[in-house]
Amino acid sequence: MSRDMQLAIKSAIPIFIGYIPAAVAFGILSRGSGISFLECFCFSAIVFAGASQFIALNLVLTGMGPGGIILTTLLVNFRHFLMSASLSTRITKIARRYHFLLAFGITDEVFSVLSFKRGELSKGFILFLELSAYSAWVSGTVAGYILGSFLPEALISSMGIALYALLLAILLPEMKKSTRSLVLAISAGLLNTALIKLDLLPDGWTIIVCILIIATVGSFFLTGEESKDMEVAHG
Amino acid sequence: MDNLIPMILGMAAVTYIPRLIPFLMLTGKEIPGRVDAFLKCIPVAAIGALIIPGVFNATPELPLAGIAGITFTLIIGLWRGGIILPVLGAVLITYLVILF
Repeated sequence: MSRDMQLAIKSAIPIFIGYIPAAVAFGILSRGSGISFLECFCFSAIVFAGASQFIALNLVLTGMGPGGIILTTLLVNFRHFLMSASLSTRITKIARRYHFLLAFGITDEVFSVLSFKRGELSKGFILFLELSAYSAWVSGTVAGYILGSFLPEALISSMGIALYALLLAILLPEMKKSTRSLVLAISAGLLNTALIKLDLLPDGWTIIVCILIIATVGSFFLTGEESKDMEVAHG
Repeated sequence: MDNLIPMILGMAAVTYIPRLIPFLMLTGKEIPGRVDAFLKCIPVAAIGALIIPGVFNATPELPLAGIAGITFTLIIGLWRGGIILPVLGAVLITYLVILF
């Protein structure tokens, strides 16, 4: 097995583990909301964006029309535009036709793992990671819809921490290495908290505004020397 | 309830297109240094905002449980690194706190 493949499996396991519980929760909630199995399956299989699926489910229950829900989804998921932009500088060697497939799987967690993977990003690595995330998300959704009521409630709610733990575990080595990363990450979190408290922006946009502001500020502190360091880290 | 499939297709389109456009427009282009620095700062900024403040309400019926779990992730992650143990340990600790 190639070194790249070993690394891909090692990176995929935590995403798989983190996605299953969140997906199971989505399946359970879907069933509870009275939507059909096919609809629940389609949410996970063709939208494939966790938070926005939960929000959409909520909005369906409040009686919002499809137009409003689609617009909300656009706003909530637009942060992936920035994430894809950040990754785009590292996939230059991958043939264009694969970009259409790879773009589908850019979720928060896949993006986070890819961002801090050292060296080159091969299409095999990205695809394997995305496929693991996708299969966990879809199979977890199906399992939740079918079996959900059998799982103990305490276990399901405790799984809510898994994705946060995953993101933090990915971020920690980077924050240990660089004070600038530490300061930027915490500033982004504080700014996001303040923006949510102010309640001026629609769902999902606080994160986008945070990314725009904090990454802009960060780019001014990224001196030539550090930029080269990051170049190495980012391949 | 109405058939939701057309709405789900719309959601899929507005999710996929923003994920795709940067790949098609930016890949292989000459990126100015300042923009490149901005793009490189996105991961840290994004993950910071994704974690805080959401993590403090990850287990809404008992926020303390989730906080206990993520504290475990923080300690083990700083001390030993890795991902699988910090993630599974967080779930286990959170579960135990909810149970007792």
